[in-house]
Amino acid sequence: MMHRIVKTSLWTCVIVLIIVMTWATFTPITFPSRDVVFEIPKGTWQRRMSGDKVDILPQEIFLTLGIHDVLVLKNDDDVPQIFGPTLMMPGQSFRLPFEIASTNQFNCTAHASGQMTIVVDPHPDTPLQRLAWRVRNLYRTMITKLSKPSV
Amino acid sequence: MMLHRFCIWLVCACAISAVNAEELKAGTFSPARVAPDFSVKSSNGGALQLSAYKGKIILLGFGYTSCLNVCPVTLAVLGQAVRQLGSSANNVQVIYLTVDPERDDAARLKEYLSAFNAAFVGGTGSADEMAAVRKLYGVTAEKHGSGTDYVIAHSSFVYVIDKQGRLRALMPFGHKADDYAHDLKLLLNE
Repeated sequence: MMHRIVKTSLWTCVIVLIIVMTWATFTPITFPSRDVVFEIPKGTWQRRMSGDKVDILPQEIFLTLGIHDVLVLKNDDDVPQIFGPTLMMPGQSFRLPFEIASTNQFNCTAHASGQMTIVVDPHPDTPLQRLAWRVRNLYRTMITKLSKPSV
Repeated sequence: MMLHRFCIWLVCACAISAVNAEELKAGTFSPARVAPDFSVKSSNGGALQLSAYKGKIILLGFGYTSCLNVCPVTLAVLGQAVRQLGSSANNVQVIYLTVDPERDDAARLKEYLSAFNAAFVGGTGSADEMAAVRKLYGVTAEKHGSGTDYVIAHSSFVYVIDKQGRLRALMPFGHKADDYAHDLKLLLNE
């Protein structure tokens, strides 16, 4: 009896896994918006000045061409912040579209390290690439959640 | 008659909004702020004041004449983009400010920039003056090496300043001349 339950459970898991993998492989990747938005909250600079090593943005931002390929940064802090080579004034936002798969290093005062990396992946065109993209995205999301700094 | 006029107005409105809806290839600021003004020594002699170019679209870059990788590529791309504009190129001004005022005097800048486009204007000054301008724009420049054999790691973006003198956008390094031409045409038509 026990052996049968284990066997049934195992088969159920295998079938569910096959369904999920088939979905992840053949379903087109769509999102309502191509924007990936990050906000530098009010008080970031003050917290940093008081010795708090606060990281608001992830150290690495991953984008994908045709899916999430527009980076939007909003500076809600009371002081200017540097993103890349440019100053963002308080209340200002910056919208940067990417069209080339690349890895970009930027200076960024919103980071304690002063550095930020933006990785732009190519669009997953084939079913296998879609599957790989979804697995990679899931892994990155989990890593980001686990290492997410408290704001 | 009224209906006919309304239809024409509607078609025109749709056409205008379609043009406005077209996005720049460069990164854009919202709201756009006034580009910080500066006055440095021009490669053409005299003073180079940013506000004197109000009414033109300005492509503002930072670099140096001894740069081996980034600057020649950027300037070549800007040269191609400006050529693509034809007669409209008169309404566009490329300004390239040196991050290496120690070596880049006005004459050297002029000779260097002329190789890409005779209309490009360079700016130089004392180390403090140029550092102050870089600070206004959040540009980084870090010297590596010593003596005369040194390189400068610097920001490679190009700022786009519109006809009203507002800092509208910045184009990351790596974009092609077509992308610059695309954005310049959109901004020229505003």
